[in-house]
Amino acid sequence: MRRLLFILPLALFVVLAGYFTLGLFRDPSVLPSVLIDKPAPEFALPALGDKPGLATADLAGGVALVNFFASWCVPCRAEHPMLMRLADEDHVALYGIDYKDKPEEAKRLLAQLGDPYRRIGVDHDGRTAIDFGVYGVPETYVLDKAGRIRFRQVGPITQEDYERKILPLLKQLGAS
Amino acid sequence: MRKCIEPPRHQGTKAACRPRDIARAARFKALRAKLLLGVLVSWWLILASAAPAFAVLPSERLADPALEARARTLGQELRCVVCQNQTIDDSSADLAHDLRVLVRERLVAGDSDRQVLAYLTSRYGDYVLLRPPLKPTTWVLWFGPPALLVAGVLALFAAWRRRRRDAAAPPMPLSADERRRLTSLLDEGG
Amino acid sequence: MIVELGHYSLVLALFMALLQASLPLVGAARGQLALMALANSTAVAQLVLVGFAFAALVHAYVTSDFSVVNVVENSHSLKPLLYKVTGVWGNHEGSMVLWVLILSLYGAAVALFGGNLPPALRARVLAVQGMIGAAFLLFILLTSNPFIREFPAPLDGKGLNPLLQDPGLAFHPPFLYLGYVGFSMAFSFAVAALIEGRVDAAWARWVRPWTLAAWCALTCGIAMGSWWAYYVLGWGGWWAWDPVENASFMPWLAGTALLHSAIVVEKRNALKSWAVLLAIIAFSLSLIGTFLVRSGVLTSVHAFAVDPARGAFILALLVVAIGGSLTLYAIRAPALKTGGLFAPISRGGALVLNNLLLATAAATVFVGTLYPLFLDAVGGGKVSVGAPFYSATFVPLMVPLLVTLVFGPLLAWKRGDLAGALGRLKFAFAAAAAVALATFWLATGGPVGAVFGMALAAWIFAGTALEYADRIRLLRAPPGESWRRARNLPRAAYGMTIAHLGVAILVTGVTASAWQVERVETMRPGDAVDVAGYSFRFAGTQPVAGPNYTAQRGRFVVTRDGAPVTVMQPEKRFYPVQRMPITDAAIHTNGFADLYAVIADTAGDDGAWVVRLYYNPLVPWIWFGAIIMALGGLVSLSDRRLRIGVPVRRTAAAPVAPARA
Repeated sequence: MRRLLFILPLALFVVLAGYFTLGLFRDPSVLPSVLIDKPAPEFALPALGDKPGLATADLAGGVALVNFFASWCVPCRAEHPMLMRLADEDHVALYGIDYKDKPEEAKRLLAQLGDPYRRIGVDHDGRTAIDFGVYGVPETYVLDKAGRIRFRQVGPITQEDYERKILPLLKQLGAS
Repeated sequence: MRKCIEPPRHQGTKAACRPRDIARAARFKALRAKLLLGVLVSWWLILASAAPAFAVLPSERLADPALEARARTLGQELRCVVCQNQTIDDSSADLAHDLRVLVRERLVAGDSDRQVLAYLTSRYGDYVLLRPPLKPTTWVLWFGPPALLVAGVLALFAAWRRRRRDAAAPPMPLSADERRRLTSLLDEGG
Repeated sequence: MIVELGHYSLVLALFMALLQASLPLVGAARGQLALMALANSTAVAQLVLVGFAFAALVHAYVTSDFSVVNVVENSHSLKPLLYKVTGVWGNHEGSMVLWVLILSLYGAAVALFGGNLPPALRARVLAVQGMIGAAFLLFILLTSNPFIREFPAPLDGKGLNPLLQDPGLAFHPPFLYLGYVGFSMAFSFAVAALIEGRVDAAWARWVRPWTLAAWCALTCGIAMGSWWAYYVLGWGGWWAWDPVENASFMPWLAGTALLHSAIVVEKRNALKSWAVLLAIIAFSLSLIGTFLVRSGVLTSVHAFAVDPARGAFILALLVVAIGGSLTLYAIRAPALKTGGLFAPISRGGALVLNNLLLATAAATVFVGTLYPLFLDAVGGGKVSVGAPFYSATFVPLMVPLLVTLVFGPLLAWKRGDLAGALGRLKFAFAAAAAVALATFWLATGGPVGAVFGMALAAWIFAGTALEYADRIRLLRAPPGESWRRARNLPRAAYGMTIAHLGVAILVTGVTASAWQVERVETMRPGDAVDVAGYSFRFAGTQPVAGPNYTAQRGRFVVTRDGAPVTVMQPEKRFYPVQRMPITDAAIHTNGFADLYAVIADTAGDDGAWVVRLYYNPLVPWIWFGAIIMALGGLVSLSDRRLRIGVPVRRTAAAPVAPARA
C-alpha cells in the first residue's frame, strides 16, 4: 500500500504529459460556437445602399452562408476573392453583415473588390454580432434550410477550409 | 520549580495551590485557549474576498450608483473573449466596450445578475465566465482542492497513527545468533 | 566573427555538459576521485563557455548587428542602450541562453563553493545539473539558436515590444531565472540523494543555502513583475492570475514549502521522502512553467512566440527529466528510513501543517491554470478560470496558514504546549483586535473581509515580534542579558523573524487594495477632481518626443487642503516602429499610499481627455513586504552554520567510501 503511494506522483505526471501532448495539437484561442444546431438569432438589419437589408426571415428556406465583414478588417479583404468565387462559380447563397463599419467605406470595399452578397445588413453597433457570438471579423456561419446554425468559420475562409469543411457540409445540407 | 497556576480571581489571591484550584485554573486556561482558537478559526470563515474596482469609460457609467456597482461586479466576472485573460472592465478592446454597454443595458432593463450572465453565456458559452460554473465537467476543478486537503489530512493522520503504533510496539526479541554476538561483544568490552 | 565564436562556444558547452553528466556518476559509483573531481572542472568550464556565448549575443545587440536574425527580430538602432542589453532576454532564444547561463552559474557555484559537500554527493549533484544543462543546450542549438545569420542584413531591426522597454521589466527575467532555475540545485540534490540512497540531516543542511538563494531571487522576481504590471498596465492592478504569472508562483509555493520541510529534516530527521519529493516538484513546476510559456498550449498575454515544434522538444525534455526523477523516487524513496517522531501539536507539526497548506495551494493554482487545457483536450468544451476562482479557493487556504504562522516558532520540537503558546500570544490577539476596530472605524467602504485582513496582518506582526522578544527574554531579564541573547541568536533565527515580518507587511498591502479610490472622468484643461482628499487639477497635455517614441504628456497639479503636494505627468506614448500605444502612468508615493494618474484617451477636440485617477492606500507595502521577505532569506543565507555544514564524524577509513555501489 505504501509502495503505491510512492508511485502516485509518477502516475499523475504520466497523465499530465498525456494532456500536454494533446494540448500541443489544439489551438487555445479558437472558440467553438455555442449556437451550433440552434436557430439563428432574431434580427432585422437595415440595408446598405440599394441592396435589400437582411433579417432572420430571409435566411430560411435554403442553405445560406452569413458572412460578417468590415472594410477596416484586413483579413476580410484577403478573404473577399474567395467569397466572390463562392458566389459566382458555386452559386452559394451568401449574405453579408457589415460589422461596426462606415457605410461609405463598406460600399467602397464592395465597389473595389466586388459584391458577392445577395443581401447585406448593416450592424452598426455590433449587437447582432454579439447575438451570434461573434468575437472577431471575418466570421462565417453556415445555416441549413430550417435556419439553424450548423457551422462557424472563424477567420477568413481559405481554399483548404472550403474544400475540407464547408463544401462537404453544403452538400450534406442539400445546397443546390 | 514549577510556578503555581494563578487561581481564578474570585478565589482570592492568597488561596493556596490546592489541587482543586489547580484543576479549575487549568480548565479555565484550556477554555480560554479554545475560545481564542475558535475566534481564529471563525476569521477563516469570514475573510471574504476584497474586490477592487477597475476602469470603465465615464460615458459608459450608469446614473444609478447601485446599478453601476452591480455592473462593475459583473464586469469582473466576465472575460474579454478577444483578449488574453482580461476582464471586460480591464480591456480597452472594442468588443469589451460593447459588452460593458450591453451588461448595463440588461441591468437597466431589470435583469438579475444571474440573468445577465446567462444572456452572455447563451451567446459565448461558459468561456466568457471567469468563475467557472459548477457543473459535472468542473467538479474536479471545484472539489479538487478541498479533496486534496482532506486527503492530505487523512494521509498525515494515517501516517501518525502508524508511527505511534510502531513506536509503541515492543522491540523484536533477539535471535539466537544475535544473542551470541551480543555476549561476545560484551565479553570483549570488559 | 564574435557571433560565430559565441555559437561555437555553445556547442563546446554542450559537450562539456555531456561530460559533466556522465563521467562523475561513474566516478561516484566506483569511488574514483579523479572522475568525481572532473565534475568541478567541467562545471566551471561550462559556465565560462556559456558566459562567453551570452556575452557574444549581448555584443551583437549592443553593436546592432542586424545580420543576426535574433537581433533583427527584437532590436532597433534607436533603442536606448539599456534596452538593447536587456532586449537580449526579451525574446525566446535569448532568454533560453540566459536560462542556461544561470543553470551553469549555479553548477559552477557548487563546484567552487561546495567544499563542505562529500565528493561523491557533489559529483552526483553536478552530474544531474550537467544533464539538465545538456538537454537545454541541445534544445537551443536545435530549435532556438540565437546566432543564426541572415544575408543580406536588413537596414534596421523590428524593435522591441514597448511594454518591455522598461527598467522594471528589463530585470524581471534575470531574477525570475535565478529563482526557478536555481531550484534545479534542489532538484539535483534530491536526485543525487536518491541515487545514493541516503537522505539525512546533513543533506538538508547542504540543500538549504541553494534553495534559499533561489527562493530569495524568485521572490524578488515575482515582486518585480507584479510591480511592473502595477505601474505600466494602467489601472493599478498587480496580480491577474494569468497562466504565466501562475507558472512562476507555483514553484515559489513549492520552494517555500521545501524551505520549511528541510528544517524538519534537519532537526528531526523526519519528512525525508516528502522533502525529496518537494525538491523534485519545485523544479518540475519550473520546467512545466517553461513549457507552458513557450509551447502555445495556453493563451497568455505573456507567452513568447509559439512554436509547436519547440513545445514538443520541451515536452520530451519534461518527460525525461520529471518522469525519470519521479521513477527514481518511486523506486528509491520507500527505502529511506523514517526518522524522529513528533506530536501533531509541536513545531514539527506546525511545519507539517505549513507544508500541507502550501502544497494544496500550489495544487489549486496548478489545477486552475491547467483546467482549460484538460477540459478542452478531452472535448469537454472551453472554460475560463480567472481571478474569481482563485479568490474563492486560494485565499481560504492562505488564511489558516497565516494564522498558524506565529504558532510554529513558539512551540517546542517534539511536543508543544499550545495553551502556553496562546497565552504568550494574548498581546498579539489584543493588537489584532485593536487594529480591526481601528480599521473598522477609520476605513470608508470596502468589504468586511478587508477588516479581518488587516487584523490578520497585525496578528502576524505582533506574534512574530512577541516570539522574538520572548526568545531574547526582553523585559523579563536584565537588558544586558537580552542584548547578549540577541547578539548570539543564529542568523537563521533573524532571517525567520524578518521574513515573517515581511509577510505581515505584504498581507497589509494586499488587503488595503480593497480601499482603492478610483475616479474615471473626462477632464478639460482647468478641471479639478477630488480623489480621497487630494485635488487633481488637469493642466492639459503637450507633445514630447522620446528616443524611439512620441508622446502626449499630461500635467496634473495635486494639492491637499490647498497645500501643494506634487505635479504628476503621465504620458500616452506611441512607438512608431511597432505602431503601438502605451500608457505611462504617473505615480507619486509617500511610502504609505500611492497617487496614480493615467491619461487614457482623447475625448473630443477641445483638449479633453479621459483620465483615470487613483488613490491606492498601502499598496507600496506589497513590494516592501516582498523585499523584506527576500531580505530575511538573505540574512538566513549568511548564517555560518549553513556554510560549514553538519560536522562529519571522522572515521579511520578513507573519507571517500561511497555509501552504495
